[in-house]
Order: sequence, then C-alpha cells, then structure tokens
Amino acid sequence: MTMRSEDSVLDHYQAMELAVSALLIDKGYFSAADMEAEIDAMAKRTPDIGAAVVAQAWTDPDFKARLLADGTAACESIGLDMGPTRLMVVESTETVHNVIVCTLCSCFPRMLMGIPPDWYKSVNYRSRVVREPRMVLKEFGTEPSADVEVRVHDNTADMRYLVLPRRPASTDGMSREELAKLVTRDSMIGVKIVEAP
Amino acid sequence: MANAGRMHHDMGGRDAGPVDRGGHSHPEWEKRVDALMMLLSNSKRRVIGVDELRRGIEELGAENYSKMTYYERWVSSITHNLLEKGIISSDELGRKMAEVEDTARAAGDRG
Repeated sequence: MTMRSEDSVLDHYQAMELAVSALLIDKGYFSAADMEAEIDAMAKRTPDIGAAVVAQAWTDPDFKARLLADGTAACESIGLDMGPTRLMVVESTETVHNVIVCTLCSCFPRMLMGIPPDWYKSVNYRSRVVREPRMVLKEFGTEPSADVEVRVHDNTADMRYLVLPRRPASTDGMSREELAKLVTRDSMIGVKIVEAP
Repeated sequence: MANAGRMHHDMGGRDAGPVDRGGHSHPEWEKRVDALMMLLSNSKRRVIGVDELRRGIEELGAENYSKMTYYERWVSSITHNLLEKGIISSDELGRKMAEVEDTARAAGDRG
C-alpha cells in the first residue's frame, strides 16, 4: 500500500477506514445503517450506566453479592448488554483500594463506561500504575492510608474489571438515583474515591 | 528496569513520567473505526476478535506503534486482519482507497 499525494484532503488512515467499511458493506458483512446504529449505541454508553450499577450494589445486598460473584450475569440480569467480554467487579473497602489499568493496550469496561479517557490509554499511566500505584493515585489527589492495601487489576482483551468504590459515609438517607449521581468514571477506575455530597 | 525480551506494547512497570490528564477528543472518523471493530467482533459476526485486534496492533512494530495514534493503530490492525483472512484483497483495498480519496478531493474542490 502506498501513501497518496500530499494534497489529499483525507488522511491516509481516514481513507483506509472509509475504504474498508465500503468494501465490507459491498460484501454484505453489515450495512451503512448498521454502522450508524453502532456509532449511536456507543455514544449512549457513558459512565452513567456503571454509576447506576454501583448505586444498585450499594442499596441492594442481594444484587451486590451477585455482582461480585459474576459481574457479567448480574449486569445482564438488569438488562445491560455486556458484549463479548466478561466483567469482574472488585470491591474497595476499608482495607482494600482497587484500581484498574490495561498495561498491554487499552481494555476498559466500555459497556458500562463508554470509551476510556485518553490518560488511561497513555504510556505513562500504563507503565507506572502497576509499579508505583500510590504515586499515580496521588497525582489524581487520592491518598489511601498506609494500612490500606492497594490492588491493581490488569484488564485483558476478554476480561474487564470494574471497581465498586466505597459508599461514602453520611449518605444513608439517599435514594439510589441520588447515589448514582455521586459515582464518577474515575471512581470506577479507582483513581479517585466517591466523595460525599 | 529490565526490559529485555519484552515487546514494545508491554508497558507494565516501565519508567515513565507523570500522567497527563488533559485533552480528550474523539473525532468522527475515530468513532467510525470504533464502530467498525464493534460490528466485526460482535457475537453475530465474529469476523475479528478483540485478541486478534490486539495482536495486529502489537505486530505494527515499535516504531509504528509509537508514531501512530490510537485509532490509527486500530484501523491498521483491522485492515491487516481482513487482508490476512482473505476477506478483502490488497488490490481492491488500493482501488477503493483511491476512490474515496478522489471523492473527498472532488468534494473539497467544490467547497
């Protein structure tokens, strides 16, 4: 494959994507409408989905037990499409703080949170969080005390981790919807904690 | 750090600088690449698996890996996998790329 002339208004890789998609549509692998629907579906996958799962786990002990035992099955039981990957939910507690990474590439629980933030895909995050997690957490303003064990979980192509963050104190009277609003993407990655309102 | 025998994508534990948390753009063409991979990997089609995507990215080599952007790696790996599986040929890919570039250029000239 050769690069086209410099005056091309399309970047080489943009042209590659358009050409490949057009060929696959010609060959009947999928339709242009399938592609549009997929783009729309991905746009709808946001951390709000994961936040709702976390809030349900905080307020429904039976669901929480099922979520920790088999994340994929528990999420599918509440109607979430989990795609081809398995989900493993890890609970942060008084004694354990969990954080996730993908050292080999950028695997992320995207069915529950959408596409990962750029820093999650960065060389620096991937390299360091497994070796000096407390230093990296500190850059995010998170400093677990020395007696808390920090566990780093490395995602793979087929298996994705989601952090079940600790429910903040003084949120006892809050509804599931109110709780979900407190849960951020970064808290489900584990680089931040969930703050009380 | 001992990095002997490691491939370039295997980054866990290497020396690296602070995490840059700024900037998060996701242009339209990247969304199309993402959608393309989702369509090819879903359980209805299973044309390319996520593991195959990753292998294709790893095989880009250290130099390309560091030069290319994230979704450039994806679309290169997807294309390579499709060529390897014989789903598309390099001839038809070359022709189609020339065609989409000509179309874009014509549209650009009109604008």
